[in-house]
Amino acid sequence: MRFIKHALKTWLLWELVKGLALTMRYFFKKSITVEYPEERTPLSPRFRGLHALRRYESGEERCIACKLCEVICPALAIVIESEERDDGSRRTTRYDIDMTKCIYCGLCQEACPVDAIVETQHFEYASETREALYYTKDMLLEVGEQYEAQIAANIKADAPYR
Amino acid sequence: MAEIKNYTLNFGPQHPSAHGVLRLVLELDGEVVERAEPHIGLLHRGTEKLFEQKTYLQNVPYFDRFDYVSMMANEHAYALAVEKLMGIEAPERAQYIRVMYAELTRILNHCLWLGASALDIGAMTVFLYCFREREDIFDFYEEVSGARMHAAYFRPGGVSQDLPEGLLEKIKAFTETFPDYVDEYETLLTENRIWKQRNVDIGVVDKEAALAWGFSGPMIRGSGIEWDLRKTQPYDAYDKIEFDIPVGATGDCYDRYLVRVEEMRQSNEIIRQCIEWLAVNDGPIKSDDARLHKPSRASMKGDMEALIHHFKHFSEGYHVPEGEVYAAVEHPKGEFGVYLVSDGSNKPYRMKVRASGFAHIEALDYMCRGHMLADVVTILGTQDIVFGEVDR
Repeated sequence: MRFIKHALKTWLLWELVKGLALTMRYFFKKSITVEYPEERTPLSPRFRGLHALRRYESGEERCIACKLCEVICPALAIVIESEERDDGSRRTTRYDIDMTKCIYCGLCQEACPVDAIVETQHFEYASETREALYYTKDMLLEVGEQYEAQIAANIKADAPYR
Repeated sequence: MAEIKNYTLNFGPQHPSAHGVLRLVLELDGEVVERAEPHIGLLHRGTEKLFEQKTYLQNVPYFDRFDYVSMMANEHAYALAVEKLMGIEAPERAQYIRVMYAELTRILNHCLWLGASALDIGAMTVFLYCFREREDIFDFYEEVSGARMHAAYFRPGGVSQDLPEGLLEKIKAFTETFPDYVDEYETLLTENRIWKQRNVDIGVVDKEAALAWGFSGPMIRGSGIEWDLRKTQPYDAYDKIEFDIPVGATGDCYDRYLVRVEEMRQSNEIIRQCIEWLAVNDGPIKSDDARLHKPSRASMKGDMEALIHHFKHFSEGYHVPEGEVYAAVEHPKGEFGVYLVSDGSNKPYRMKVRASGFAHIEALDYMCRGHMLADVVTILGTQDIVFGEVDR
């Protein structure tokens, strides 16, 4: 009996038919594919994408040039220079992040004591040139302005865990 | 009679089934492999040397980049090594979180292995199904750490952040559906005659040879030796969890396939047990040794001492006592170990990484000899080589 069963299965290509039946079932099922860029999957508040420099609501920039992010950065991607401003406060004159060096480990935003440097949920900033990936202070502040509402909401959502 | 010479063939480093940047010099007699000589080092980045210039915290993200398909398992070995040298233990909740994520990582790795090695052999469909489950696990990674792959989540002394609300339910839903998905992979492959023709009796390694070549992980278990660091020298919460170790019989590629598929089911079981524990037990996720962790955000903003600690933690880092230590984990690919020498400063004096793939690829010549050219791809696939860890 076992012999007949085995021979029949071999002759009928039984296991291949079973495999094909499985793929055929999926053919008629609803597709799970997400049609990026029209559709997107949700991102968590902890997502680590492009960096941004933030400002206070008054318009004053948050960064106080403590250079803690420069020190912790394992890839040495951040360069900061600072000077005393006319009103006597310490502010950066240069804040560059080399996105080609950055490994997106998130240690800079963990280290920042004033929540100035953060990583946004924005990740579509690929460029055709390397130069476009050297982010200067102005570019980072601009990213911050553009995504401020999202950044603030994410920091608030993740606050109990930080 | 004309003299017949062996044919030497270069396989890779741009070959799609060379799993990255392996260059194989194959000496062929017709289509039979006489000698296979792997040339490694094309992905060498000098990470071990780099460690000596970085503080212990800065080294964490580099561990993700060793075996870049099982990121958290690498971090796990590093975290255990530092903890061992400092003489501390992660709190229980952190241990369970780590075990849960280590096992998710195992599924992540085995899904890629199954998909890629089936694709090498010519079965395209499995690859698509496997990547569907990988996507789910990437989402769990992202939710907990912020990155889909290079998480930097396991830190010496615990984990970086607690699980966000609602994540456990999502992982639970995943563990409920995943066994059915494994059944699907098996429907497509296990009985399939083409899959069997390509795998059964290919690359046979018996028990003695497996020991002599220093195999570990699914490679040694496929040869019938019950060796699993999670059982033989349990770390973190593994001694409180029940699971079985699948073992092969003949030591061919087909057995190793079966071992890995069963490991996916066992991992699923472990994750389920971890979720059960984590759902009812709360507690700290960082050890009470304050040196190892930054203060909480709220205390840092309000307390001067905490702010000083915060600055010290991220600039100077913590000092690890003088000594040397070896800590190993059961990585999805085998034994992944970190040998750490500290001179008492805030940076490692020397760190050596023991990659399982390095031992396995040495045996490639032994396993390939006498097989056909097409079987080289099968054997390479079954070894589950990733060059990030082999070349380091």
